[in-house]
Amino acid sequence: MKYLLKKTGTLIITLIIVSFFSFLAFSIIPGDAAKSRLGTEATKEQVEMLQKELGLDKPVLVQYGNWLKNFVTGDMGESYSYSMPVQELLQDKIPVTIALTVMAFLIILLLSVPLGIFTAQHEGQWLDRVIMVLNQIVMSVPGFFLGILITFLFGLVLKWFTPGAYVPVSESFFGFLGYLIAPSAAIALPRCAMGVKMLRSAVLSQLEKDYVRTAYARGNGQRRVMYRHVLKNAMLPVLTFWGMTIADIVANSMVIEQVFTIPGMGSLLIASISNRDYPVTLGIIVLVASLVIVVNFLVDILYGRIDPRVRVRQ
Amino acid sequence: MKREKRNYNFILGAGLILFMLAFLLIGCFFTPYDPDAMDGGAKLAGPSLSHLFGCDHFGRDMLSRVMKGTGTTFFVALTTVALGGGLGIFIGAFTGYFGGWVDEVLMRFNDAVVSFPPILLALVFISLLGPGKYNVILALAIVLIPSFARITRSEFLRQREMDYVKSARLMGASHLRIMFVHIFPNALSSVLSMAAIGFNNAVLMEASMSYLGIGVQPPDASLGRMLSESQTYLLSAPWCAVFPGAAVILLALGFSMLGDGLVKKGGR
Repeated sequence: MKYLLKKTGTLIITLIIVSFFSFLAFSIIPGDAAKSRLGTEATKEQVEMLQKELGLDKPVLVQYGNWLKNFVTGDMGESYSYSMPVQELLQDKIPVTIALTVMAFLIILLLSVPLGIFTAQHEGQWLDRVIMVLNQIVMSVPGFFLGILITFLFGLVLKWFTPGAYVPVSESFFGFLGYLIAPSAAIALPRCAMGVKMLRSAVLSQLEKDYVRTAYARGNGQRRVMYRHVLKNAMLPVLTFWGMTIADIVANSMVIEQVFTIPGMGSLLIASISNRDYPVTLGIIVLVASLVIVVNFLVDILYGRIDPRVRVRQ
Repeated sequence: MKREKRNYNFILGAGLILFMLAFLLIGCFFTPYDPDAMDGGAKLAGPSLSHLFGCDHFGRDMLSRVMKGTGTTFFVALTTVALGGGLGIFIGAFTGYFGGWVDEVLMRFNDAVVSFPPILLALVFISLLGPGKYNVILALAIVLIPSFARITRSEFLRQREMDYVKSARLMGASHLRIMFVHIFPNALSSVLSMAAIGFNNAVLMEASMSYLGIGVQPPDASLGRMLSESQTYLLSAPWCAVFPGAAVILLALGFSMLGDGLVKKGGR
């Protein structure tokens, strides 16, 4: 309980610090929002009026407080280039990114766990070597290039899907999911390779421990030792890796969305970076950052549940 | 314990890097064609003896462009690692050696930064600095600082309690001398493997950002941009995607294998 409270405290503090720095970076550094909105022709009075209206004449902390209050209630300000509220822009983009992330994560889980265990059990055999070599190569392929390769092979040559023909959820739910298979595979495969490598080395390092010998000595079969004893311990470092992977998938989906022309948060972020549309950029960055922080928090909690040593030590 | 006799990762990784280095160094002085020269008659021409890697949609020779682009990518990665790694090592050395509350605060901050995906951080800095080659270098360097600081710090923390450091201090060596003449050479192997990982990350991130159009800007040839342009002609001219992509992969693969090899070499 104490562990949970402490972690929750850290969570809230981190969220506040990160959002404050993001706010500072995107609202203060780019210069006066009132001036840039009115253009160079504006008179001093006009600028001052708009400053007052936007609350720009107040101290930074007060401005941050107001922004935070609005942000939490779902008001993220107004986009410069689309002249509409940021939250409306984001509304139908967030589910797309979430769907992409969940699918990519599922692919990673379904592929990397069995492969990791398999390669560890058959360490040094030819199949393990082949998988590990492939693994090393896949790890070095940038996600977007993998996306291009998948588009070429499965989209253009084999015609399993039509590149660029994105299906919105509102049109067909399964069509939407179907279109997302290729991009989520492109995001997932390099991370899958990392996951296999990680789980394999974690299992191997556990297999050398004394408790494994003891477990065998007590008459446990190979299967039972692996699933009952080794995996429990080997999963711990991998769990942290998965937490980081979720954050990584979200960040990389921004690039992959561009490859498959998916109208998600990524395309919006890239467009708003190029247009210097700071409210939109700020909104997306803070949203994604919060997600990263919350996922890390959940992993920490889960860690404490699985491994009681962590709770006691801290 | 089984142990492979030869460090294949190290040999292959170093070989790949040397190969790519030769490829791009030749590109600095000699390319078969002018990488920016357009040949209207050779638009989207396939690989042939006169154009080994084919031509792009403007009829520019892909081999020359990939050579130049690899050079750009490598230059960005090199300066990024030098800048971010240098600063990170410096910070890590001081906080690890002296400890105290500055160390505490910096490492808490570090932990928070490390938990963010690097590409997201790079995007944040790019959106503040604006696109362009030098801004990409700056952004990526900032992103690399924490991991270098972390690894250097842990090495310095471990080494500073060792007897050789105590004897050096007894002999009257200054703190700076102990840090950089005595401890640093011992920390070198982990710093070097970190540098290889940093190179790998920098190559992949530079390619991604140039692909998104917020990295290296024309007229500089860049692998990422070539890949993004290739997508329009993917079916009719797949070579426009394959060769720049292969260059990125070979660079990244070389560095990641080199990193693994270095870990094994320095590892216990």
